[in-house]
Amino acid sequence: MKLPTPPGLRRKPPRPGTTPTRNGAKVNGAANGDPKALKQAQKQAKRDTRKEQALEVPIATLSWLDERTGGGPFLRAFLFRKVPKGTNWYYTLGSATLFAFVNQAVTGVFLAMYYNPSTTQAYGSVHHIINDVFLGEFVRGMHKWGSTVMVVLVFLHMGRTFFFGAYKYPRELNWIIGVVLLILTMAMSFTGYLLPFDQRAFWATVVGVNINASGPIVGPYLADFLRGGAEFTSTTLSRFYAIHMLLIPGLIIALIGAHLFLVSKLGTTAPPWLKAEKARELAEEEI
Amino acid sequence: MADSSKKKRSPYTKDRGTLGAFEGETVTRRRFITAGALTAGGVATAAVALPALGFALGPIFEKTVREGWQDVGPEADFNPVTYVPKVITLVADIGEAGKTTIYVRKAVAADRSPSDKGKTPLPYVAISTRCAHLGCPVRYVQAAQRFICPCHGGVYDRQGKVVGGPPVRPLDRFYTRVVNGRVQVGQRFSLNSKLERFHPRDPSNHLDGLWQYLYPRRPTT
Repeated sequence: MKLPTPPGLRRKPPRPGTTPTRNGAKVNGAANGDPKALKQAQKQAKRDTRKEQALEVPIATLSWLDERTGGGPFLRAFLFRKVPKGTNWYYTLGSATLFAFVNQAVTGVFLAMYYNPSTTQAYGSVHHIINDVFLGEFVRGMHKWGSTVMVVLVFLHMGRTFFFGAYKYPRELNWIIGVVLLILTMAMSFTGYLLPFDQRAFWATVVGVNINASGPIVGPYLADFLRGGAEFTSTTLSRFYAIHMLLIPGLIIALIGAHLFLVSKLGTTAPPWLKAEKARELAEEEI
Repeated sequence: MADSSKKKRSPYTKDRGTLGAFEGETVTRRRFITAGALTAGGVATAAVALPALGFALGPIFEKTVREGWQDVGPEADFNPVTYVPKVITLVADIGEAGKTTIYVRKAVAADRSPSDKGKTPLPYVAISTRCAHLGCPVRYVQAAQRFICPCHGGVYDRQGKVVGGPPVRPLDRFYTRVVNGRVQVGQRFSLNSKLERFHPRDPSNHLDGLWQYLYPRRPTT
């Protein structure tokens, strides 16, 4: 598949003997012998050369990288891939979810700099983040409300995929990966809920763990695994923290990678109404 | 190897016409080294992954170190009619999160359990406030003589038996004893609807009928 070279990535070197100018009219004015216009043209030419020189650095860096990674064609194929007719704003819900996840990851990393996952310190450290740390309330708010936003976006994205029929052959595997990502997002919400360690967090987690315990045969073992024993201890909090910030994010990042790979490999689907129009046209032709 | 589908293939690589085969060799060097590399990789992965997995799953099979007997006050503090709330420590060193309220009263003849056969009955009734539905803290309402759970509406009578809502078994209790005129509280135990004693279970685990066989006694308790 041959893709058109997008503008901006490949810069043609100026032909020898010509001075690149932004405005042809000014050059014409200079040729007429108007001293004011001539001066202006010279100034313009000088500015253009400086711009050229300034552009040299990033272009050289990019081509250095491209030469050593061969990533240019891949990046171009990914960023400038063809999308079906009828692609609309609903197709951005996946990217929006990705953005929400990146927001959670970034704010989470910075929250981890102040948070202390011990049963006696956790509440105090969250209190400290909210009340004392510069912009702490804002960053913590981004993480707290961002988690809700992410769950909402995941469901909207899933709904779009479902109602547009985008889960059908050959994209079933991507649907399955998406469902696993949904479950992991829920697990993130569950493990993150405990971390502020206030009354609500504590009792919600007690109830959540006991819901796991209500499963026949394996339930009690699952609850023991989550609590790190028969009782809710300091192990429970550090366990939830490790699952929340290390285990699940790693899995989510890996699965998002697979999800995006399949999207770029298989492409997106056209909205269902376009297919319906085509079918009607065909039917009319046949009559 | 066009004839391999009809005739039985020779076990020797040389007979099969493999390039660079040695006399009497049954496996090519390439196959042998591939299998060796895969085995080594598998062993190395297992050597890292299995201990890590065991480390994470350990608590399922570990026995919890239990707190010993805890003093809750002199015998004069308690009576057979009203429950007295007391705070005990379930898990040490984790602050308020490790403490719980229990309700204690003196046991009467009606509190005898079928499990008491041939033993001295427990001198005091110490009821856990952990709801048998999903573990929320219940409170005792004296006027109604009921334990009431704020989360999902579980209601228990004065004995801790379920009279309403979603709980699946009576409220847990703790063993009690009297030492030198002081009441002490020991281990938790769970009860079925006949108030027979069982090893402690998680909330939501049934102890009656066929359901009880679906919820094994956990190794940690």
